[in-house]
Amino acid sequence: MITRFLWQGMDRNLRLFVLLVLAVGIALPVLNQIMPPGSPFHVPAWLLQLIGKYLSFALLALAVDLVWGFCGILSLGHGAFFALGGYCMGMYLMRQIGSRGVYGNPLLPDFMVFLNYKELPWFWYGFDNFGFAMLMAILVPSLLAFALGWFAFRSRVTGVYLSIITQAMTFALMLAFFRNDMGLGGNNGMTDFKEILGFSVQADSTRAVLCFASAFMLALGLVVSAAIVGSRFGKALTAVRDAESRMRFLGYRVEGYKLFVFVFSAAMAGIAGALYVPQVGIINPSEFSPANSIEAVLWVAVGGRGTLIGPVIGAFIVNFGKTWLTGALPEVWLFALGALFIVVTLLLPKGVVGLWGQLKARSQAKKARAPT
Amino acid sequence: MSPKRILAVLLSVLASAALAGAALAADLAGLVANLTTGGFGEREAAITAMAASGEQRAAPILDALAAGQLYVRKSDNLVLIGKPDGNQLSLTEAISGKAAGSGTEADLDRVRVNNRLRGVIEAAVGSLTLMSPNAKVRRDAAEALFKRRDASSLAALDAALAVEKDPRIKRAMSEARAASVLASDAPTAQKLDAIALVRERADRDSLGVLEATANSATDPEVKAAATAGASAVRQTLAAWEAAQNVWYGISLGSVLLLAAIGLAITFGTMGVINMAHGEMVMLGAYTTFVVQEIIRTSAPHLFDASLLIALPLAFVVAGGIGILIERGIIRFLYGRPLDTLLATWGLSLVLQQAVRSIFGSSNREVGAPSWMSGAFQLGQINVTYGRLWIVVFSLIVFATLILVLRKTPLGLYMRAVTQNRPMASAMGIRTPRVDALTFGLGSGIAGLAGVALSQIDNVSPNLGQGYIIDSFMVVVFGGVGNLFGTLIGALTLGVVNKFLEPYAGAVLGKILVLVFIILFIQRRPRGLFALKGRSVE
Repeated sequence: MITRFLWQGMDRNLRLFVLLVLAVGIALPVLNQIMPPGSPFHVPAWLLQLIGKYLSFALLALAVDLVWGFCGILSLGHGAFFALGGYCMGMYLMRQIGSRGVYGNPLLPDFMVFLNYKELPWFWYGFDNFGFAMLMAILVPSLLAFALGWFAFRSRVTGVYLSIITQAMTFALMLAFFRNDMGLGGNNGMTDFKEILGFSVQADSTRAVLCFASAFMLALGLVVSAAIVGSRFGKALTAVRDAESRMRFLGYRVEGYKLFVFVFSAAMAGIAGALYVPQVGIINPSEFSPANSIEAVLWVAVGGRGTLIGPVIGAFIVNFGKTWLTGALPEVWLFALGALFIVVTLLLPKGVVGLWGQLKARSQAKKARAPT
Repeated sequence: MSPKRILAVLLSVLASAALAGAALAADLAGLVANLTTGGFGEREAAITAMAASGEQRAAPILDALAAGQLYVRKSDNLVLIGKPDGNQLSLTEAISGKAAGSGTEADLDRVRVNNRLRGVIEAAVGSLTLMSPNAKVRRDAAEALFKRRDASSLAALDAALAVEKDPRIKRAMSEARAASVLASDAPTAQKLDAIALVRERADRDSLGVLEATANSATDPEVKAAATAGASAVRQTLAAWEAAQNVWYGISLGSVLLLAAIGLAITFGTMGVINMAHGEMVMLGAYTTFVVQEIIRTSAPHLFDASLLIALPLAFVVAGGIGILIERGIIRFLYGRPLDTLLATWGLSLVLQQAVRSIFGSSNREVGAPSWMSGAFQLGQINVTYGRLWIVVFSLIVFATLILVLRKTPLGLYMRAVTQNRPMASAMGIRTPRVDALTFGLGSGIAGLAGVALSQIDNVSPNLGQGYIIDSFMVVVFGGVGNLFGTLIGALTLGVVNKFLEPYAGAVLGKILVLVFIILFIQRRPRGLFALKGRSVE
């Protein structure tokens, strides 16, 4: 019944898109594994890593879109949820290093030995267990989102005020995580990971599995989001976006709707962060920087807010551009990024997906006018 | 005559020529000779005698002795002061002060001192300098003796006090005397007087004196008085420290005010979220840099006026770019605040990168004119002129802005358009023009802030980023659309920040302030001084 509920939430385009994501997530790793390195069909490991990274970004973008595109909450702090999920994964990976660190301490990660810690801080307990760490990667961002949303939505902080509060939140977290005595690696963050669930992080096969996992979680995210958006609940959500006061006067508990979608979205961002960290091999406090969060918002704006396919496409376009430009013309990248912000908001308020729709509508209108 | 006779005659002539200061010089020479021969006991006696002689030339000799730079030449037993100069020592004659070439340690015998002698020397130098004709030297000597609190300097201080005319130096000397009395075995009544005197001074050094007395005194009366005095001084010090913190807080608050006040116009009255506001500040700072560069190369004598020249230019540059932004981007986005936020963020990236391409990404040096450097003491508060000027400047900017808003036609139009756009338009006000000018005004003020901030912050392309979140916090905290709210908000946040810093550290203090504001906005979503009535929606 649940599967039917989920399936019904999607229209035809979205079903195709989810299948496409899954196909990419299966095909690339499989091609990497079974094709010999010399073959034209062999997918190199760096590409797997890149696509895997993009897929986790796409999941983050989807999370942002869910609150912004469908509920009108422009969160400039989703990078914080992403980074918190990443830190949970990072803590697990640090514990897996065990005695293979530079200092060879079986219990304490290197940076703690370096900072003269005598024993593991209390919040590090349990992170040697993968299941616990993943649970935390979902729970910690959710709890933060719940606390923030609980206060903010109940006192009807909306619009740009909320945006600025979320930005201040991620800024404060960044400052906090930069401190060495947080016990979370300070400004160096966590890196030098060895293995995940007993498999080497560096191995091609692990990368293949991580890439697939990212694609799978993105597909799952799309399906669940579609179900939420397509349900009665989702309709109310969109109505909150368009006319919050009216919904309140009609008797809906607006803050409940907002809180639910905000927390769900934070959890999704946390999962994305947990997928991201083992693929790039490092997590540090700069992930909390407000610029990162706002860049995630740009992905959504480029792809098309208020659509589920849009953020995924946007994340891929922008990040592909970033990878290419920072390599080829590094000084142009910020110009391009800045211009993209301006162009998208001025000319493409519905994003690339919306543009597709506009062009289609125009050509249909032309066809209708043209005598045949 | 034999050559020997001639030499003897010449010597006697020379000697009689030198007879003018002969008595003293001979005295000093004899004492210096005593310094270099004999045991430590005789040396001590010689040092004390030198101090008692009041001979100014004795001070450098004693200094050299304490520093281990007093030597006796092996060849002719001449007493020399040797200052290290590379591998060699550059020598001067101790008594006459004439240069005596250079030599190595091998040709010389160092006059040895022990720790006890060092103490005696310091006291001797102190009492010698107490008699110096130079007022500053006398004052420093009195201060040094206060810190040393040595019973042996009592006699010298008494002698100096008897002849001192300058009341401030006299005060310093009697304080030093009081400290010395406390270290001596003077009768209780004298000690109590001394404690009262030291207590009045009420600074960190006097606290040290009183605490030491409280610890070491055997007389219960003295002990009690010293303890009471110490705690009173501690209270005074705490009050001064709080005052110093308030000053630092006001100083930080004025910086916040400068950064936020332009935003209070664009965000507060127009409702435009300008994330590129920090970059306007940055442009103002770079304008200052350019002005100073031009002045350095073509008109160095104008350097002190560079900031005054930069102010109008920064206003024009930032304001002009602000108007361009409003006409080019923001006017298409009215009514879409979230999109405005994103577009201006993108703009901030472009501006940063543009400045980085032109000026490079490293910090640029902006110098301080002479009237902004230096500091003075206000009671026990240390006030630097730079900070003082920034506080004054921010208040001037604030007052001017209030005047512009209340007393000029532009201000009237601006208020009209913010309050009721269609009606203002119907009354013939060209609202698009007013929008552009308002935005330009806000941006121009950010440029002015940049001139001031170039004095206290690194002028780099990232300058503005550090202020944007703080500025929004100030505006939101103070209440949107309320300039006085911005003033109060900025000063409050500045002072709170500075008071949290000693307890929580700078970073944690900042985090606490952010958390505080986040919670505060939950309670009062419209800020400290919320607008009421129709203008809210």
